[in-house]
Amino acid sequence: MTESGKPILYSYFRSSCSWRVRIALALKGIDYETVPINLIKDGGQQFSKDFQALNPMKQVPALKIDGITIHQSLAIIEYLEETRPTPRLLPQDPKKRASVRMISDLIAGGIQPLQNLSVLKQVEEELQLTWAQNAIISGFNALEQILQSTAGTYCVGDEVTMADLCLVPQVANAERFKVDCTPYPTISSINKRLLVLEAFQVTHPCRQPDTPTELRA
Amino acid sequence: PILYSYFRSSCSWRVRIALALKGIDYETVPINLIKDGGQQLAIIEYLEETRPTPRLLPQDPKKRASVRMISDLIAGGIQPLQNLSVLKQVEEELQLTWAQNAIISGFNALEQILQSTAGTYCVGDEVTMADLCLVPQVANAERFKVDCTPYPTISSINKRLLVLEAFQVTHPCRQPDTPTELRA
Repeated sequence: MTESGKPILYSYFRSSCSWRVRIALALKGIDYETVPINLIKDGGQQFSKDFQALNPMKQVPALKIDGITIHQSLAIIEYLEETRPTPRLLPQDPKKRASVRMISDLIAGGIQPLQNLSVLKQVEEELQLTWAQNAIISGFNALEQILQSTAGTYCVGDEVTMADLCLVPQVANAERFKVDCTPYPTISSINKRLLVLEAFQVTHPCRQPDTPTELRA
Repeated sequence: PILYSYFRSSCSWRVRIALALKGIDYETVPINLIKDGGQQLAIIEYLEETRPTPRLLPQDPKKRASVRMISDLIAGGIQPLQNLSVLKQVEEELQLTWAQNAIISGFNALEQILQSTAGTYCVGDEVTMADLCLVPQVANAERFKVDCTPYPTISSINKRLLVLEAFQVTHPCRQPDTPTELRA
């Protein structure tokens, strides 16, 4: 924690995993300080000795809070949920909670890891775009189907949940990788509804302390 | 309950262990496709919330965070990168190295993390969801011929867990769909 006692978030403006946590902190009204970690500059600041000590996986986000450091975005969000329970990010009903976690795991475990920077770097350069697109398309095909039974206004019912925190950043990635989202009307309409909410706006990659000038909103 | 399971899938094995630990009787429907593993933790968390004993997550939120962090590292950070559907997209002669790299990167991080969390098991002295993820991932490491000498903590925890009944009974070598040549 800082001298003021504020939590510290290690974040990259464009990291979808970091964005998930930023939204959670915003929704829960938790004031925090950002330490930007540039994943590309200097060969990738996530590889520095200092950051590696903080998160041995050398990935963002990492959150210093209550005297501990947590990484893995969903583990961070679940900790915030348990220690700052309002507003809720998970429904009360166990079956609905399972739906929220299922969708979150699909995105955070099934799509994003396959198209993140460190994996793409292992693929031949001319194949990288297709690789990323395939990861997203497979995942979105499954997700669009799942949402048929779980979605209301948002991914699961009519309240914003952890699943929505995962959805919006992943759709942003889809756009960056030029994935055609016409086959995913449910994903697209939920994404649209979420983007007008303040917590999603304020935490957007285009408005971060480390957003490059040319990408600023 | 009906579990759709593939004998060798590390994701299915995690859920089988959870069901065994909680004493939940179930029917297995063997599937030959290895489905994307990302959603197995949601199942385990559901089992934890609806059948709370024995516990698979500690009571303290900070320890729960450690359990989830380790589980996510394995289930989200290692396993998806070395599962069948991803490996199939890599050139055949590069597949083994690809899988090994995924496991080695993850285990390097995990070995470090365990220095501060581990007791008898991954987090403290009780079996948690993190242990359910560890054992199947070590089995994968062995299948891909990853040298585990650099990971003494991972190896010793794995050894301790493998003697427990729930881990034995659910082992890939003892499943309804285990091929004869791989049966225990």
